[in-house]
Amino acid sequence: MNERLALAHSPVVSMDAITKTFPGVKALDQVRLDLYPGEVTALVGENGAGKSTTVKVLTGIYRPDAGTIRIDGKPVTLSTPNDASNAGITAIHQETVLFDELSVAENIFIGHAPRTRLGLIDRAEMHSAAQQLLDEIGAPLNTHTLLRDLGIANKHLVALARALSVDARVVIMDEPTAALSHKEIEELYALVETLKTQGKAILFISHKFDEIFRIADRYTVFRDGAFVEDGLVTDIDEDGLVKMMVGRSVDQIFPPRQHKIAEDVFEVEAYEHPTEFADISFSLRRGEILGFYGLVGAGRSELMQSLFGITRPSGGACRINGTPCVIRSPADAVANGIVYVPEDRGKQGAIIGLPIFQNITLPSLGRTSRSGFLKIAEEFKLAREYSTRLDLRAASLDQDVGSLSGGNQQKVVIAKWLATQPQVIILDEPTKGIDIGSKAAVHAFMAELAAEGLSIIMVSSEIPEVIGMSDRVIVMRDGRIAAEISGRDLHPETLVRHAAGITTTPQLQEA
Amino acid sequence: MLPRLIPVRETVLAAAILLLLILVASRFSGFVAPANLVNVFNDTAPLIILALGQMVVIMTRCIDLSVAANLALTGMVVAMINVAMPDLPIPVILAIAVLLGSVMGAINGMLVWKLAIPPIVVTLGTMTIFRGIIFLISDGKWVNSHEMSAAFTGFPRAVVLGLPMMSWVAIAAVALFGVMMARTPLGRSIIAVGGNPHAAVYTGINVGKTQFIAFLLSGALAGLTGYLWVARYAVAYVDIAGGFELEVVAACVIGGISIAGGIGSVGGAVLGALFLGVVKNAMPVVNISPFWQLAISGSAILIAVAFNVRAGRSKGRIILKRAEAPS
Repeated sequence: MNERLALAHSPVVSMDAITKTFPGVKALDQVRLDLYPGEVTALVGENGAGKSTTVKVLTGIYRPDAGTIRIDGKPVTLSTPNDASNAGITAIHQETVLFDELSVAENIFIGHAPRTRLGLIDRAEMHSAAQQLLDEIGAPLNTHTLLRDLGIANKHLVALARALSVDARVVIMDEPTAALSHKEIEELYALVETLKTQGKAILFISHKFDEIFRIADRYTVFRDGAFVEDGLVTDIDEDGLVKMMVGRSVDQIFPPRQHKIAEDVFEVEAYEHPTEFADISFSLRRGEILGFYGLVGAGRSELMQSLFGITRPSGGACRINGTPCVIRSPADAVANGIVYVPEDRGKQGAIIGLPIFQNITLPSLGRTSRSGFLKIAEEFKLAREYSTRLDLRAASLDQDVGSLSGGNQQKVVIAKWLATQPQVIILDEPTKGIDIGSKAAVHAFMAELAAEGLSIIMVSSEIPEVIGMSDRVIVMRDGRIAAEISGRDLHPETLVRHAAGITTTPQLQEA
Repeated sequence: MLPRLIPVRETVLAAAILLLLILVASRFSGFVAPANLVNVFNDTAPLIILALGQMVVIMTRCIDLSVAANLALTGMVVAMINVAMPDLPIPVILAIAVLLGSVMGAINGMLVWKLAIPPIVVTLGTMTIFRGIIFLISDGKWVNSHEMSAAFTGFPRAVVLGLPMMSWVAIAAVALFGVMMARTPLGRSIIAVGGNPHAAVYTGINVGKTQFIAFLLSGALAGLTGYLWVARYAVAYVDIAGGFELEVVAACVIGGISIAGGIGSVGGAVLGALFLGVVKNAMPVVNISPFWQLAISGSAILIAVAFNVRAGRSKGRIILKRAEAPS
């Protein structure tokens, strides 16, 4: 151990004062990150801390605005993914980027397959080299198998073999265990050990604390795009790490909320789905904002889609105002007064081909038509009413939705749903990717709606938003409700603990 | 108010047709005589009717390659019914044609909706099957004009208010589809499904069902045209309207209906069909070889698509900006 640490004093890759700005957002602000040979460095941070951007900078997908990347102490420019690959940096992504219809060997060697003298691919050589790589990492795979026939864990092995085939010195693993079973995770750990003994520097990105403490040698914490601290994992405990992750200055102001306790509007009992979630029971009161917090992949969006009738649960019941309701399709949900504002505006929100007013009235056409024919004047009236309420900035309601800014498009989608006069509105990441000004407007509006008696379910991964806006918070982990938190217990650390599944709870009462 | 995209495209197309007419008139003024223009329109009527159905299908991100085969099969069936029962009144014949066409459209629609087979595969299959059925029921024989009743062949040619019934049917279909697209929830759903199927789902629109209805409509119009076609040309055989489905798709593409769905208009489909109709009818009278006719039609398709791509590009820029933002 000591020997290895002594050897590892000079990092293979070192990022220094790296800054990357996107319009309106500083994704990385002078961050530093060092990766040492034969060691695993865990990059820790909340959603939006800048981890993914860091990976993209390291793999040549983004170019930093300022700062230097050094490899073996020499400054380098990684302008393209090819540069990164030539520099020996390779990444294994959450969703493996491989080709389903090609064989294992072809996937490993795509782009740099061994050639015969005629310039054709030397299949025999390719398969034997692939076999050798797979043997090295102890992967029991046939090189002729098509990738689509493999499970996710085995696809990771192929991705890894591919990484080794280009003689990688730095391996980036971006949440590699997110979709793996326990047994597969153990195998991955063994593999990481193998890579360490081969002297590879590993950057390990994970939300799971048990993983970090199990396999990482060093940690680096980012928060809101800025470097917080780094060090040896042996010098820190879970508590300290959580504090570094969430200890932020509050720079966002949330609207005041009246926490009125009213009757239950929407009750969900024992909802379950064969693969996505189980044992979901909760109730939503009139005028309440119920936050749903959890890590990416905890099953929050999947649950919401099921509540909205897009997927069907395999069991459970729900009641609206005490009356059992059957939701088999989104149309049923809308009829029952439940609406869903999805996360991905582009894909699931506004319909770009329709003008603003037609977007707003789309789910309310029953009310704007007479005997099966649409009344355009009625549509305009309805659209004007809600776009005024939402302070929508548009030259004309006849304008194409595509010409609006992201924030205003979001308003169109919300206006569309409010026009249906719902009782329950589900907002999935309502402020993700919109600028600060629009964010504040959405928050103020949510508070206003709740005060008017609308019940809101807010799925959010931003801790300040969850705490600032919610009356109660349900934390989900691995498809189940991990905790229901309200009032004084509503703390960033509590949320992170439950979401990450940290069972020990020292000094929580003091916080 | 920003000018909407679709009227711009229609204006350009109308101007192109006008230019074409002027060019032809400068060589042969008789072409633009009202009586001849009526003939050209009447000749183009089947293409207009089918283009309307195809438009609806394409707008929901599907394609219907079976329209011409549907037309031929319906035409053969009604012709054989007419031979067997010459006294059956024309309204009944029309009803049978529409119903039969609808059934064939519904088969396409069900396969796309319930089995989620790609529309191009479904309709390629049913196209071949429909043609095969014609062969089976007719034994490959023709039904000729002398076997058909006078009322049967007379209907599409009957002149009412200066226009043959064929043209009136096309005009009625255009009016019907115009109202449907602009003023009914169904029309709105069709645009929404093609424009953004994910968003349509979240709005409570059943995407598969909307596509089914589009195929049903396309089939109904193909059936209707089947009778009109067979009666007008007074002959029914296996290969009538062979390859016509591609002309129908071409009319839609020229008319600015985006093959990616969501963008298009009744006006565009009609103008696209008229453009092809004018090209087809004008070229022979000014002694331009059939090769040029094909070349002009083909160029029109490419120009129209290039125009669409250019119109779509400004949208792409917005998406890129968003894609660049950190996750």
